[in-house]
Amino acid sequence: MRLTQGAFSFLPDLTDTQISAQIEFALAQGWAVSIETTDDPHPRNTYWDMWGMPMFDLKDAAGVMMELKAARTALPERYIRINAFDSTRGWETVRLAFIAHRPPVEARFALDRVEAEGRVQRYALRRVPA
Amino acid sequence: MTVMEKPTAKMDAKKRYSAGVLKYAQMGYWDGDYVPKATDLQALFRITPQEGVDPIEAAAAVAGESSTATWTVVWTDRLTACDSYRAKAFKVEPVPNQPGQYFCWVAYDLVLFEEGSIANLTASIIGNVFSFKPLKAARLEDMYFPPAYVKTFKGPPTGIVVERERLDKFGRPLLGATIKPKLGLSGKNYGRVVYEGLAGGLDFTKDDENINSQQFMHWRDRFLYCMEGVMRATAATGETKGHYLNITAGTMEEMYRRAQFAREMGSVIVMVDLVIGWTAIQSMAEWCRANDMILHMHRAGHGTYTRQKNHGVSFRVIAKWLRLAGVDHLHTGTAVGKLEGDPMTVQGYYNVCRETKNAVDLQRGLFFEQDWCDLRKVMPVASGGIHAGQMHQLLHLFGDDVVMQFGGGTIGHPMGIQAGAIANRVAMETMVLARNEGRDIMAEGPEILRDAAKWCKPLEAALTTWGNVTFDYASTDTSDYVPTPVAS
Repeated sequence: MRLTQGAFSFLPDLTDTQISAQIEFALAQGWAVSIETTDDPHPRNTYWDMWGMPMFDLKDAAGVMMELKAARTALPERYIRINAFDSTRGWETVRLAFIAHRPPVEARFALDRVEAEGRVQRYALRRVPA
Repeated sequence: MTVMEKPTAKMDAKKRYSAGVLKYAQMGYWDGDYVPKATDLQALFRITPQEGVDPIEAAAAVAGESSTATWTVVWTDRLTACDSYRAKAFKVEPVPNQPGQYFCWVAYDLVLFEEGSIANLTASIIGNVFSFKPLKAARLEDMYFPPAYVKTFKGPPTGIVVERERLDKFGRPLLGATIKPKLGLSGKNYGRVVYEGLAGGLDFTKDDENINSQQFMHWRDRFLYCMEGVMRATAATGETKGHYLNITAGTMEEMYRRAQFAREMGSVIVMVDLVIGWTAIQSMAEWCRANDMILHMHRAGHGTYTRQKNHGVSFRVIAKWLRLAGVDHLHTGTAVGKLEGDPMTVQGYYNVCRETKNAVDLQRGLFFEQDWCDLRKVMPVASGGIHAGQMHQLLHLFGDDVVMQFGGGTIGHPMGIQAGAIANRVAMETMVLARNEGRDIMAEGPEILRDAAKWCKPLEAALTTWGNVTFDYASTDTSDYVPTPVAS
């Protein structure tokens, strides 16, 4: 299964040149870029592990690309995403997020069901072995 | 003396309150020198007075009929601080290039309005005045709300920021589709379309405005099958998905029942139609706030009063009322699709939904600066006759914070519903990527789509099927202001 979280999951995996261009775009908006990784991409897993702090004062995409390469080398079995955070009043949230690295074997989920009253199903997403 | 003789200056109190009929301007509803107070609400009306009716008197009548006036003098006015309760028309200008039409500005004291009630606001501002005989037609073009009034409303229960955080989707428009045919499918068949669309790549699918609980599909059945589709698609993609479950019903009790069931089933979003009315909308906003639910608003029925330029209420005013009342999604037009909407005017609605503060922008129909006092932002929805081939135009016009809904443009895809969803998602992601890379998508858009179609068969088929479809008709609701050419 191809995990379709993030802004560009329906495109072929982005090349480093493409990733770098998106980071340049984010920095040009004044957004702070950060890198996060996980081995649990459950859609409710909000808090992926931070690969260092958001790079608030960074001006050049090359710095992020260096960190991205380091993260890939250290954690090739994990998902790695790039976030761009906007601290403008009224936003104060992530404005762009996309997956920049996928594990060799992607996550899969199964749907658990529990019968409840009146034909109701209680659903839960469960990670299954690849 | 007739009501509509030329107005004269104000009169002394004894004469003013003698029994009889006076001109509205004489009664104190016109004051050309009035400067609105910081706490006043303001309304801009477009009026078409009957033949022979003075525009200032007509403007005063609008102010009078939307505040304290009745048709004759009443001595009981003198038991009140009556001047402060009178709305004041303070400016009248001919509408550019529209003979017989005038813009009139009216200011209202804050005391006239109950806190946090759109029903109360609208009962004043549009209560009587639109039927007033001395006017051939009247239209409420725009309104200004002072911070003191805005702060009496809670606004959208979720808003763009929190919706995106809940869904974990950033940096691109959201994609939706309305299930078609909109009437007649059984619950089981309907849920199939939900599943196919979401598994293919949509973020949301949607009930249409008139899907409630008919004989062919009762609401409970629909909710069960739709949530089966939503959850299966979530498991298949690892991405949060939703279906706007329309909870519109004949009574509040029934709407709450349906909302509660949607919540129990794990839906992230419910939907209501504009026709349920202002109080019902505010009640559902309260419920959504208490239950962590996104509230989708379909503007069903608005065209009856928003479309014609000479009479009714502009949709920008409806959008302002809805941001105060508290909805999270609002259908605001596509500009390029099958439904009414000139691009600049539609952008004006988007700005009302999304900006922290609106600047005066006459070309987009915004007559007032408006501070939204940190009320959450409403996610606009572009829906109706749009397709993947227009992606560059849609992204250029509306940016990232919009739900693009391709109903026929998903479900009518020659290779099936999932292929339709893939085509739309690929078109959207490829266009966002290109725009962020600094490419001029309005010039290069068609080429960017064709390049993506080389590796994406569903997109290729979509472009072949719909690439040339446009709805190129003149809009009826356009700005009266054109850019002034500057000397070079």
